[in-house]
Amino acid sequence: MKINLTINGKEKEIEIAPDDYLSEVLRREGLLGVKKGCDTESCGLCTVHLDDVAVLSCGTLAAKAHGKAITTIEGVEKKAEKIRYELGKRGVDQCGYCAPGTIMSILYLEKVVKDPTEEDINRYLKGNFCRCSGYVGQLEAIKSYLEGQKHEVCE
Amino acid sequence: MITIRKYFFPETIEEAYETLMEKKSNALIGGGAYLKLGSKAMGTAVDLSKVGLDYIREEESAFEIGAMTTFSTVMLHEGLNKHFDNLFQRAIEDIVGMQLKNMVTIGATIYSRYGFSDFLTALLVTNTKVKLFNAGWISLNAFLENGPEKRDILEKIRIEKTNGLYRFQDLRGSSSDYSIINLALSKEKDAYRIAVGARPGRAKLAVKTMDFLQEREVTAENMEKAGAILSEEVVFGTNGRGSKEYRKAMAKVLLKKALQEVSIHEN
Repeated sequence: MKINLTINGKEKEIEIAPDDYLSEVLRREGLLGVKKGCDTESCGLCTVHLDDVAVLSCGTLAAKAHGKAITTIEGVEKKAEKIRYELGKRGVDQCGYCAPGTIMSILYLEKVVKDPTEEDINRYLKGNFCRCSGYVGQLEAIKSYLEGQKHEVCE
Repeated sequence: MITIRKYFFPETIEEAYETLMEKKSNALIGGGAYLKLGSKAMGTAVDLSKVGLDYIREEESAFEIGAMTTFSTVMLHEGLNKHFDNLFQRAIEDIVGMQLKNMVTIGATIYSRYGFSDFLTALLVTNTKVKLFNAGWISLNAFLENGPEKRDILEKIRIEKTNGLYRFQDLRGSSSDYSIINLALSKEKDAYRIAVGARPGRAKLAVKTMDFLQEREVTAENMEKAGAILSEEVVFGTNGRGSKEYRKAMAKVLLKKALQEVSIHEN
């Protein structure tokens, strides 16, 4: 079957099987920032935005994306770089494999919650696992990134 | 593993029902979460995304929630949280991450009658009915006990607004993991409703315990007795998350914590 969708701002028509999952389809399209992790909807590595809503692409049937807009880490390069810098500064980007999914969750939080608290950060990032660094440094990096964004808006 | 031969987006519930009933192998798709954890060969997958079942309507005496409403929408709904003491927020909060909560729909969760569900346990202590497209209205408790008579589509649920206190307790290996055991409790005037879930079977009302607590004061002795009744009347089992004995012991603790919370709130 064919689906029409927008991926990172570009309109596309893609041939898929009805039982294809979105993560597989996006990776076939060359978007390798969509990582494969648990493949059982648990770890958050494959997080993408589907019409601005964060979802796990390993558990989303690709057919559901028909007529919708997908954003992957490749579509948010500038913001991703800022977050990566904050993570790196604290040494919590070690293997980096979880970073794309984590960053997509941070950007979703930024989009839907005004002035997020620590509780909000924990709530929205709960579904993103990191096996290298623990989460204290990540929390500090996220706070610092969000604080920086506020100043950027003010400027 | 699942296989799907054809994917279809009906625009009305009538169209969805008609397609579902055409072949035994046709199946409904809600949010699609957990599908790949099972095994099914589907003829036509009937996706309910475009049928218009994604809503929460607050009326004077009840909330109506469409079957395609996601867990995140329910969890963050101010009206529900205010009226039910954050019962649903508390029950949904620790289910994996926000991404999964953006995918999981209440309709699929209820229709599938998942044993591991936290949401079903919470919902059972409210006065809730489910509306099936073909069979009409049925109480949630009856639906969970017996399932649908024939294949059907869960259209919406209706939760009556009652003036009560609501509490949810759970035990997990870690935050965001699935419950080893969970318990919800509501108290309206002197009547209790108590549900135990992740037994690991599906959530069930603890009727004898509810009867025992009716009009009794929450004293240390009564909490002890209620816990003993609960652990005897509810059927517990063993799976990878915990043993029957562990669940039995922990259910008593969860009941005690819920009763204490209600008692503290009242006094």
